[in-house]
Amino acid sequence: MRGAFAVKDHVVPKTILKAINWNRLQDDKDLEVWNRLTVNFWLPEKVPLSNDVQSWSTLRPEERELTIRVFTGLTLLDTVQSSVGAISLMPDVVTQHEEACLTNIAFMESVHARSYSSIFSTLCSTKEIDDAFRWSEENPHLQAKARIILEKYKAGEDPLKRKIASVFLESFLFYSGFYLPMYWSSRAKLTNTADLIRLIIRDEAVHGYYIGYKYQRGLEKLTEAKREELKDFAFALMFDLYEIEQRYTEELYDGIGLTEDVKAFLHYNANKALQNLGYEALFPPSVCEVNPAILAALSPDSENHDFFSGSGSSYVIGKAVATEDEDWDF
Amino acid sequence: MPGLVFFSSASGNTLRFVTRLEEVSAGRYGTALRIPISPQDPMPDPGGDFVLICPTFADGEGRGAVPKQVIRFLNDPDRRAGLRGVIAGGNRNFGQTYALAGRVIASKCNVPVLYSFELAGTETDIARVRRGLDLFWGMECSTMA
Repeated sequence: MRGAFAVKDHVVPKTILKAINWNRLQDDKDLEVWNRLTVNFWLPEKVPLSNDVQSWSTLRPEERELTIRVFTGLTLLDTVQSSVGAISLMPDVVTQHEEACLTNIAFMESVHARSYSSIFSTLCSTKEIDDAFRWSEENPHLQAKARIILEKYKAGEDPLKRKIASVFLESFLFYSGFYLPMYWSSRAKLTNTADLIRLIIRDEAVHGYYIGYKYQRGLEKLTEAKREELKDFAFALMFDLYEIEQRYTEELYDGIGLTEDVKAFLHYNANKALQNLGYEALFPPSVCEVNPAILAALSPDSENHDFFSGSGSSYVIGKAVATEDEDWDF
Repeated sequence: MPGLVFFSSASGNTLRFVTRLEEVSAGRYGTALRIPISPQDPMPDPGGDFVLICPTFADGEGRGAVPKQVIRFLNDPDRRAGLRGVIAGGNRNFGQTYALAGRVIASKCNVPVLYSFELAGTETDIARVRRGLDLFWGMECSTMA
């Protein structure tokens, strides 16, 4: 016991409550990510979804059903991440600024979950919507992946295991669903819906990057043996989730013959999720060859530069890019 | 021999890319020089021609794509004079701003974007960049001669 309390021993030591001071950072990444998160803020109302009504009517009934199911699946994951995931990370924070970033992440996940309902109310009948939500409650694969993640979020689990689960949700589990609007967009269908999904994809990329970064900072404080254990845990969890994702993908996409195309996209995103944690790829390049139309739908107007191979138009430079940064001296 | 200069933030993606590139290049480009994260630390001096490897940090509008420290590095005319090309890191999930830092630097400095890769790059990216750099330096040397 400290001296002050020895004298007045009836005084109960109080925790000092600290106001967050953004002018004194322990980790510069917190401010960088906070700025990115807040500048990227958006609401579904800003996307003119009603322009997709005509396009929606050109989809066959089974394509419409698939699309609504995929979106309810995504809604479930966003719900988990908003109401449990991001909040479960808060007791583990190292800085107060990290906690503030997590409040933004939790809120944006609610915006994402809410967005799917905007899409539904614009495009679908009440009966179609109710049927799809029932489907999401009854689909064993969807329920299984959400449940595995929720288990890892429980209090008492290792804080770094929570971060692994969180990164896998943000950077891997969404992608069996994100594939479909990118596919429709590549065929000039539901293009406004795709614009909205791209905003969600952009947010998830920041979330996965940031939580993965905090995971790596956490690892630095551990022994080699503990680091190995966590790496084994991460790869084992990825295998378990991948098993479920395969079955989920087959069930959804076999009907329109896209399963293999979706699986390549899953492998590619699994590798990126592992990179967010600082790990090497799990799937070899041969099974990660994503359909170029899907890649182009993900990042339109940004061709993959490969000057070396002589392909593409990499030497065409200087078209409207934001070079207006006051720090440039020339 | 021409060299490599790179920036990597505390997340370390670009550092991991450069480390693997050095492993497969058997020191052909010397030791890659790192632009420091902290503005207090001294800038490296490439002392000749180099290729810059730089990640992208753009917001939704494309602002802030090039890290401030990279801008400071390039603001020096002597250092900038050695820049021959840029390789950009990024993430396709950021849509139109994917690997934007490469395009911004290319247009500011009038050099080609040689390649772009996601996060810490794949095996395929590393192999392509290694082969490409060998060819590129060959090409540059023959046009200089």
